[in-house]
Amino acid sequence: MKGSRRVIKYIAEGLFTLSGGITSFAILLIVIFLFKEGAGLFSSPTVERGYALCVHASNPTRVLDAREIKRAFDGEASAWQEIGTGEMTGEIALLRLEDLDALYPGEMDEAGEAARRRVEEAIGDRPGVIAFLPEEYLPESEEVARRLETGNVTGVEFFAGGEWQPTVAPAARLGVLPLLLGTVWVGFFAIILALVPGLGVAIYLSELAGARARAWLKPTIELLAGIPSVVYGFFGLVVLVPFIQGMFDLPVGESALAGSVVLAIMALPTIITIAEDAMRGTPRALREASLALGATHWQTIYRVVIPHSSSGITAAAVLGIGRAVGETMAVLMVTGNAAVIPHSLFEPVRTIPATIAAELGEAPVGGTHYQALFLLGCILFAITMAINLSAEFIAARGQKGGGA
Amino acid sequence: MNKKVKQAIAFAIFRLLGFLVVGVLFCILGFIVYNGAGVISWEFLTAAPEEGMSAGGIFPAIVGTLCLVVGSIAFAFPVGVMSGIYIHEYLGNRWIVRVIRVMTNNLGGIPSIVFGLFGMALFVNAFGFGDSILAGSCTLGLLILPLIIRTTEEALKAIPDSYRAGSYALGAGKLQTIFRVTLPVAMPNIITGLILSVGRVSGETAPILFTVAAYFLPRLPSGIFDQVMALPYHLYVIATSGTDIEASRPMAYGTALVLVIIVLAMNLLATATRLHLGKKTKQD
Amino acid sequence: MIETKHVDFYYSSFHALKNISMRMEARTVTALIGPSGCGKSTFLRLFNRMNDLIDDTRVSGECLIDGEDIYHKSVAVDELRKRVGMVFQKPNPFPKSIFENVAYGLRVNDIRDKSFIAYRVEASLRAAALWDEVKDKLRESAFALSGGQQQRLCIARALAVSPSVLLMDEPASALDPISTSKIEELIADLKKEYTIVIVTHNMQQAARVSDHTGFFMMGELVEFGETARIFSCPEREQTRNYVNGRFG
Repeated sequence: MKGSRRVIKYIAEGLFTLSGGITSFAILLIVIFLFKEGAGLFSSPTVERGYALCVHASNPTRVLDAREIKRAFDGEASAWQEIGTGEMTGEIALLRLEDLDALYPGEMDEAGEAARRRVEEAIGDRPGVIAFLPEEYLPESEEVARRLETGNVTGVEFFAGGEWQPTVAPAARLGVLPLLLGTVWVGFFAIILALVPGLGVAIYLSELAGARARAWLKPTIELLAGIPSVVYGFFGLVVLVPFIQGMFDLPVGESALAGSVVLAIMALPTIITIAEDAMRGTPRALREASLALGATHWQTIYRVVIPHSSSGITAAAVLGIGRAVGETMAVLMVTGNAAVIPHSLFEPVRTIPATIAAELGEAPVGGTHYQALFLLGCILFAITMAINLSAEFIAARGQKGGGA
Repeated sequence: MNKKVKQAIAFAIFRLLGFLVVGVLFCILGFIVYNGAGVISWEFLTAAPEEGMSAGGIFPAIVGTLCLVVGSIAFAFPVGVMSGIYIHEYLGNRWIVRVIRVMTNNLGGIPSIVFGLFGMALFVNAFGFGDSILAGSCTLGLLILPLIIRTTEEALKAIPDSYRAGSYALGAGKLQTIFRVTLPVAMPNIITGLILSVGRVSGETAPILFTVAAYFLPRLPSGIFDQVMALPYHLYVIATSGTDIEASRPMAYGTALVLVIIVLAMNLLATATRLHLGKKTKQD
Repeated sequence: MIETKHVDFYYSSFHALKNISMRMEARTVTALIGPSGCGKSTFLRLFNRMNDLIDDTRVSGECLIDGEDIYHKSVAVDELRKRVGMVFQKPNPFPKSIFENVAYGLRVNDIRDKSFIAYRVEASLRAAALWDEVKDKLRESAFALSGGQQQRLCIARALAVSPSVLLMDEPASALDPISTSKIEELIADLKKEYTIVIVTHNMQQAARVSDHTGFFMMGELVEFGETARIFSCPEREQTRNYVNGRFG
């Protein structure tokens, strides 16, 4: 009897410890897995895996970077002088699998010896060629066609790149800047829009509303924080987007503005609840001291209550930003998702979470695009972690200090 | 007089803001209810989507969401409650507790899409679950874990030490005290947290995008390795990328209303639980 | 001069003050004593209408300061509170500097003249016998002061707006004996200029500082008269029992 009880005790306490351990370090697990999947990006070749770029054997060019490849294939550069090291001159001739298919109908369906000979032939005919082909179509010898080194995706390209075109062949453009700025842009305006009304409502609830009004308003507002983000997104899509389009006479209503407004509405409950709690935490003695000196209620609010709860209010704003930055579905539905660096509130933008949600489903597992999306996840994780930690720090400092 | 006028103006502004904000939030709810109420019928709730999801019902999505709720709770509830017990009753007030608390708090602040990424990397790919109820439930479970841990901890903290002392004084061990005294008293609050997390799980989209959700799958799942449709993802799909967006609008309103109703119901239920069970344990 | 005529006060259905009539002369100290919950603090808070802040309270009867009914509709509450200063049980300085604490009452009354503010702050701190201790650290946080100093700061803060009446709600109950005696000396000093009403639990304190004493019990004013007489030969049995320490 005693023995079995002891066994149960060990098992139960072991389970407690295990669960505690798992959850405490879930956050570390998340970091590890995000970085594990994302870290490969900087050792991935610029050109899609399984494909290669070839030039004529006489061409002295050895290396092309992602930007140069894109310019050549987009037709922005038509001569070799404009790209590469300048050793090569003359027209650029592009050669893709579909071009070969048009040249030799039916012969390119299979990557066999015959197809490889045709490739060799085509490249040999064109001294200024850049061929973008699956590796199995490339001739083994480098007498006629020589493979280009394309280098790896670099940190500079990723973090300072101004273009996000992850599916463009032959070299995807993985510049995170438009997404990062889009996220900041939308989040910034959302918080500007939400902060004043949010604090106003918090003041109303904590100072002006009667006990009965407060008793049903506060839970209702908390409840609104629980409405799923797709529902807010859906509302934005069917009401806000057409409204903005009509009001500002825009070609499309899906815009940074629509995203900011929806995010502001979603951040309101968070801001109101936390700021209101902070204001109600002002000691009664301080209020009475102020009123006893002949201050009006409003003077007491802005001279005593607001300064006293300033750290709580700041924490509310910071957490509101955190919510806005990480929000995915609502933003995905109303911002139009154009991956360009934002210039105005009335243009479509795309945020980091929306990018992940929209593209991960189509990115081949383990590929460059997939890795880039995980790295976006890492960035998002780092941003929100920093925001949360600073909110926590601000709130803790307010609790401890009170004075000074 | 001057400061009186200032006060009058300031308060007028705050009253106005209060009514305005609350008004906007209610407009959103009212809009969904007004447009969705006509769509909801027995058929809508029990039939599969038809004609490119512009007709029929949302039964598979309801079942899918139900599966995910059950799955994620089955994972997160025991682990969360046990973690809460471990942190509060066993670790006491050591420095490690502060570290753990900061970590769980921050786990709660991580965007849900990051959970989606993590779920895909770990459960779908590394563990090889594939897109399945299992992978989705684990991901969602992780998402609500901080909520459950926090409510458990708060509930345990609210219990006066005299209860525990009383139990120890009668010769009960720590584990017996937890199971016979502490947990029963804390249960109403823990259950409240559980119900709120059901609401949260039913509404999350981003974590299930890549771990379980199916675009269109009119049959019901037969096991935990099946994909399912889910309400929030279904709403996203028919609102933005269905075959005929205009024709499927009514379906979208209906789905949105069902989601809103679930969240409202869970909140009411949570409040009721707190009041009802709270009273009962007090009387004992 | 403060006068109440047949004042009744209710917290919703609880009858907290019953038909109190009392007259306190200008530039005297009146002590209010009695067991906890007898209504003496509620009575004190009538005079700057602090009870207004509590929901669901009611007052009837007349409450006059210098002949004016302070519960009349035409009275601006914030003007009244400027005339009637208050010091609370626990020191409650604002989380601001020493200087800003004292200047607060002036600032909220729209006084912007910097030299006048500086003058009033110094005068008030001197009047509260705190100037010499804090004159070199006016910009430091009020929380850096000791409990006794904080309470004198709160007195200075109340004096800065030039009230004519000073209400003190057990001002020394949270302080050590040395700080307490400083506050008592201060009260004796302030009496020359202000009408002071003080609530206290401490009978020796009431005997030391006050000219008149009112004894409250269960919401009623049992006895009111000169302090010396109340403590030496009270007319009522209840008063005698209380001042002799038999209950309370």
